Amino acid sequence: MASNPFASAAPADAITRPPSSGEYLSDRVFRSLTLVAAAIIIALVVYILWEIGGQAMPAIRDHHLSFLTTSAWDVQSERFGILPQIWGTLYSSLLALVSAGFFGLTVAIFLTQDFLPPKLAMVFRTIIEMLAAIPSVVFGLWGIFVVIPAIRPLADWLHEYLGWIPLFGTSLSGPGLAPATIVLAIMILPTVAAISQDALNLVPYRTKEAAYGMGATRWEAILKVMVPTAAGGILSAMVLGFGRALGETMALAMLIGNSNQISLSLFSPASTLAALLASSFPEAGRIEVQALMYAALVLLFITLVVNVIGTFILNLTQRRISGKS
Amino acid sequence: MQAPTTTGAPNLNKTLGERRALRSAILSVGTWVVALIASIPLFSVLYMLLVKGGARLSTALFTDLPPAGFELGGGFGNAIVGTLVMVGIAALISIPIGILAATFLAELGPTSKLASITRFLAKVLTGFPSILAGVFVYAAVVLTMGGYSAIAGGIALSVLMLPTVILTAEEAMKMVPRKMKDAALGMGCTRAQTIWKVTLPTALPGILTGVILGIARVAGESAPLLFTALFSNYWLSSLREPTASLSILIYNFSSMPFDNQIELAWAASLVLVLIVLVFNVLSRLLGKPKA
Repeated sequence: MASNPFASAAPADAITRPPSSGEYLSDRVFRSLTLVAAAIIIALVVYILWEIGGQAMPAIRDHHLSFLTTSAWDVQSERFGILPQIWGTLYSSLLALVSAGFFGLTVAIFLTQDFLPPKLAMVFRTIIEMLAAIPSVVFGLWGIFVVIPAIRPLADWLHEYLGWIPLFGTSLSGPGLAPATIVLAIMILPTVAAISQDALNLVPYRTKEAAYGMGATRWEAILKVMVPTAAGGILSAMVLGFGRALGETMALAMLIGNSNQISLSLFSPASTLAALLASSFPEAGRIEVQALMYAALVLLFITLVVNVIGTFILNLTQRRISGKS
Repeated sequence: MQAPTTTGAPNLNKTLGERRALRSAILSVGTWVVALIASIPLFSVLYMLLVKGGARLSTALFTDLPPAGFELGGGFGNAIVGTLVMVGIAALISIPIGILAATFLAELGPTSKLASITRFLAKVLTGFPSILAGVFVYAAVVLTMGGYSAIAGGIALSVLMLPTVILTAEEAMKMVPRKMKDAALGMGCTRAQTIWKVTLPTALPGILTGVILGIARVAGESAPLLFTALFSNYWLSSLREPTASLSILIYNFSSMPFDNQIELAWAASLVLVLIVLVFNVLSRLLGKPKA
């Protein structure tokens, strides 16, 4: 049993007293418990990697790297490849990032550069933050019944008159890349906007005053001083938003059409790794589950790399800015 | 010394005739337009929920079971119960572990190697795709327990809740003034007593914010439940059986060709969004600093 080092240190007439043996013991126990809890997080991540990796092992042994470069998904003949899903994941996330990046950064500038009085800015910030609270399935449902009908006329027009551009090469038959990307962009907008706002808020006020003092117009100050100074944080906002888009599942599974093909067209159905998992996993047999585990491992790897890079940039820039001022 | 001449003073007023000023004005208008467009989706979603979901709102929704194919009427009482039960299981798992881990990060070893790795991994886990939590729990729990269950669903949700609880609880505990902790230690408290009697009670509002935010985050999740809890058309009778949830009900019904099911999907969306929003508002109210 741990002995109490304070037991003999008690003067008789003090207003305080040293911890009793029981208190000393419970202190030890509690401190070890917190240590264990912190270690559980590390163990959890390792266990996740080990468990998914272990389940994927048979499929990795069977398909090797050709799994990543072929495009068949045939349960009968046990031929599996996820090239269309990798393509769809990266393509849809990139398209979503381009639009969410533009909108998110503009909203961040709008909210931090004195466009609105503080009270109204607060209200508007809440509106954007509430987007993050809407569940993915609800966005999916909204996409099916609002976004798809809304963009159909435009999609038909673009395909008819500009069909020779690969982007508009097919007609929109319902679910497809375009509605999925729009909804995806809306879903990552709060992430991009929030982190960009933090980055812009970190820029010291005197930096902006200096720009105005030099005679810069509002937008010269924003584009040539504020945004470049906050560039690190904005970059991490983009990377983390991209990471969020890569793993987004339900809305995409409902909107992208889950079709096993590679196409540049915005209006053709496609598939993503997460959507493949969501739509195939529940009914999969043992062999297919192994292949799906392999796909999950690929998704895990991609998102882990992107998130580690994003978190790393964020830590780095926060430390640099707060260290300087 | 001569009196300063006013003739040489630059004109500081910018007029729109000047190209630089015009460019700035156009960009400002553009920003307003973009910001307003960015707020359209939320209002569109809320409008659809109120119109389409609100139309079906009745007490039958909360007491009846989901209808089969061509049936009319029905509700999703079992899905509401299922969602609440699984979120409850997730909270039971992730709150104690999360707060203990946060205590270590904020109080006992903030600069240790273990703390920095844990903190980094918790941040990375906040971006962990929710579907992978489902895949992981399928492999780790469903396969070993031999079936889909509410327990598996709850565990999958707890994986997603844990990082939110840890990171916000750590921030809350760091906000407790150093001198309060020092006073307790100076009185002869052990570190554990200091944490239990000073740090945790003082940081409680902040910790609650984190916990409720975590709950709000997982209450709307569906991807991790798809193949851990599955779905069920019946009332929850045991934690070891497939369990219904609102989000999976919406997913299943959204692809059905029946109007009744589509209407129910909208109504379920409304209820789900209300649940999530209530938790969000609660966390905001608690998180407000008391000036």
